[in-house]
Amino acid sequence: MNFDFSDDQKLLRDQARKFLQDKCDRSLVRSILEDSEQNYSENLWKDIAEMGWTGTAIPEEYGGLGLGMLELCVIAEELGRSLAPTPFSSSIYLFAEFIKSYGNEEQKKKYLPKIASGEFIGTFALSETNGTPRPSNIKASVNDGKLSGEKAPVNDGEVADIIIVAANSDNNANHNSLSLYLVEKDDPGLSKSSLETLDPTRPACSLNFSNVNAEQLGNRGEGWSMIEDIFNRAAVLFSFEQVGGAQVSLDEAKKYSLERFAFGRQIGSFQALKHKMADMYVKIELARSNAYYGAWALSTDSNELPVAAAGARVSASDAYNYSSQENIQIHGGVGFTWEYDCHLFYRRAKLLSLNIGSTRQWKENLISNLEKRNIV
Amino acid sequence: MDFNDSPQEAEFRKEIQKFLETNAEKRSTIADKPNDKGPQIAVAGAPETVRGGKEAADEALERAKEWQKKKADAGFAAILWPKEFGGYGGSPIQQVIYSQEEHNFFVPSGYFEIGIGMLGPTMMVWGKDEDKKRYLPKMITGEEIWCQLFSEPSAGSDLAGIKMKAEKNGDEWVLNGQKVWTSGAHFADYGMIVARSDPSALKHKGLTYFFLDMKTPGIEVKPIKQISGTANFNEVFFSDVRIPDSQRLGAEGEGWKVALTTLMNERLAVGDPPGLDFDQIFEATKEIEVEDGLAIKNSEVRQKMADWYVQSRGLQYTKFRSITALSKGQTPGPELSISKLVTASKMQDVSAYALDLMDMSGTIHNDKNPILKNLFQNGYFFSAAMRIAGGTDEVLRNIIAERVLGLPQDERPDKKLPFNELPSGKN
Repeated sequence: MNFDFSDDQKLLRDQARKFLQDKCDRSLVRSILEDSEQNYSENLWKDIAEMGWTGTAIPEEYGGLGLGMLELCVIAEELGRSLAPTPFSSSIYLFAEFIKSYGNEEQKKKYLPKIASGEFIGTFALSETNGTPRPSNIKASVNDGKLSGEKAPVNDGEVADIIIVAANSDNNANHNSLSLYLVEKDDPGLSKSSLETLDPTRPACSLNFSNVNAEQLGNRGEGWSMIEDIFNRAAVLFSFEQVGGAQVSLDEAKKYSLERFAFGRQIGSFQALKHKMADMYVKIELARSNAYYGAWALSTDSNELPVAAAGARVSASDAYNYSSQENIQIHGGVGFTWEYDCHLFYRRAKLLSLNIGSTRQWKENLISNLEKRNIV
Repeated sequence: MDFNDSPQEAEFRKEIQKFLETNAEKRSTIADKPNDKGPQIAVAGAPETVRGGKEAADEALERAKEWQKKKADAGFAAILWPKEFGGYGGSPIQQVIYSQEEHNFFVPSGYFEIGIGMLGPTMMVWGKDEDKKRYLPKMITGEEIWCQLFSEPSAGSDLAGIKMKAEKNGDEWVLNGQKVWTSGAHFADYGMIVARSDPSALKHKGLTYFFLDMKTPGIEVKPIKQISGTANFNEVFFSDVRIPDSQRLGAEGEGWKVALTTLMNERLAVGDPPGLDFDQIFEATKEIEVEDGLAIKNSEVRQKMADWYVQSRGLQYTKFRSITALSKGQTPGPELSISKLVTASKMQDVSAYALDLMDMSGTIHNDKNPILKNLFQNGYFFSAAMRIAGGTDEVLRNIIAERVLGLPQDERPDKKLPFNELPSGKN
């Protein structure tokens, strides 16, 4: 059994961690948080692209490094640890994966090299209303190659050069009519209005489409199954980001509990806090192990992916939400000040746990995929 | 990343499978426990609390000894022990593989684990050569069973709070006091014991460690009936029990150090599959009806099941990480410490929830309950014990906090005062 990352992958992790400590410190994260004009750190994005991270899992023939999904998992964990304010998840975990899996040769040639080099930012637009996106509540539709409708929130929509939009291929919304379309940012029929998010270092906007040019991606009517597939793939990558953030939440809680004295002793010596941190550790270790299993399924294109991805996602959301929340609690009063960093993780944790579907939804996915697996 | 055995591991696994297939019956359903047939853990209980009484208990013991002998003859009874004492001379990863495979068969358990897992290795480190030759081979073959006499009424989580008196008298020691929670004392032939030889020393300094014959005059064993109705543990009373100084392990006053050898040899839990778990309640929800149809179709049920699934598989994959470390010859990380903490609470939650789903029928606690052979009713009681035995949830959280996370120990007045001046709440 070899249920671990390879030495090369661990080396990549160490390099990525050092690189981000240098290029993405908390002051950089705060500069994006506190400047509503800036949607992401362009400098960091350039640096990351120069390192080749944006092309990690994109084949060499399309301008990527041609490494595997395991390497991308390693990088995801480090991005999560550093709270990197970049559109990496939208452009790489979602857009690039859609094109890799479902793009035709022309689309791959057109977009993947630019995504790999960081020149283009891509994203995916699905949700239209409060509640869980489903085929029946997607109203956007395409007629004669023109897309109309409204999408919100679209993560990184304001900075995206190219957007994949889920829309009905005829006017009747149902399971069999949902398809995916590519829309370019400069289309005159596309208008944007920015939205505030729980975590302004990861912005979103609403997009209004009025007869914009839409190029079909993948087969007509197969939109929902493509979305499920790519969300499964992305869920594993998100789970590594979440585990990274959860671990730092625990590390910082621990550090503070050793520095802060009350009643004549380090607060980290009180069992009430020790047990809380032990619980954080347990959730994080479980999440890490579930994420590893997801990584294995993702990297081997296993039939286990739907179950493994949902398990990784549920476990990681739980670990990060809990750890970031209890990190504030362990800090006491200063924990909910703007000055201390606890809120950066608290914001990011909740945002990540909603970005590609809620914990509730992923739990449902998990059980329904287990049922399907048992029938097969 | 892969889940494959190395060629050597695969070969070893085949060897084990061949041995088990020839000598034991394979389990079939998820509700079968390893000891459903043949002697059960429960049968290792005291005769008066076992269904079938003394006759059944004796028969179970005999069958367990027969099985142990077979294992020993094949060389698999103590994978980690050196060959000179009858062990396999194997590696931790081989121990894991053996446990994984054995779990698929109905075989007796609950008699020899403490001896082979913890007490034998203690004798290997601290015992004299003649004692090792005399006792260790018979420990492996099951001819002699050993028990561990550590806990006392006032020394549970605070194990070093032992009060059992050991007074030196010439070449002998005289023991007076009481031990408790001693698994298997009612059938054990020998035991290892920690006692206080110097009450005026600091708590961890005044202890001395011995082994003894359980038939020594002055020892009285009384079973403790648990909430499950059976008795696997005992109280053991010592009145003027005289043992020769030659049965001391380690120096006078060094007993805590020797005890740590015993405790650090707790069985590698990585090979152990969980008992009652997600898979069992998942099966049950396909049979039980709730207000809106089958339980598995109910969204609240599904949400809860997902939580248990990720805990269950998270632990399993954590074990895979540990096995990977073992396989590479590394020491598994501290992640192992989370296993019992998560497993016991999960079992309690799963059992209680399953009973709730069964609704009024959940109260039926005998073999007539059609859902998975009474599994959840048993789990409801067993899990409460599991959260305490072998380290309470609270002690395990302390261990994680202190040894894994490096957080400071709590205030410890007992580290500064002689043992006989410590507040005990009783005198």
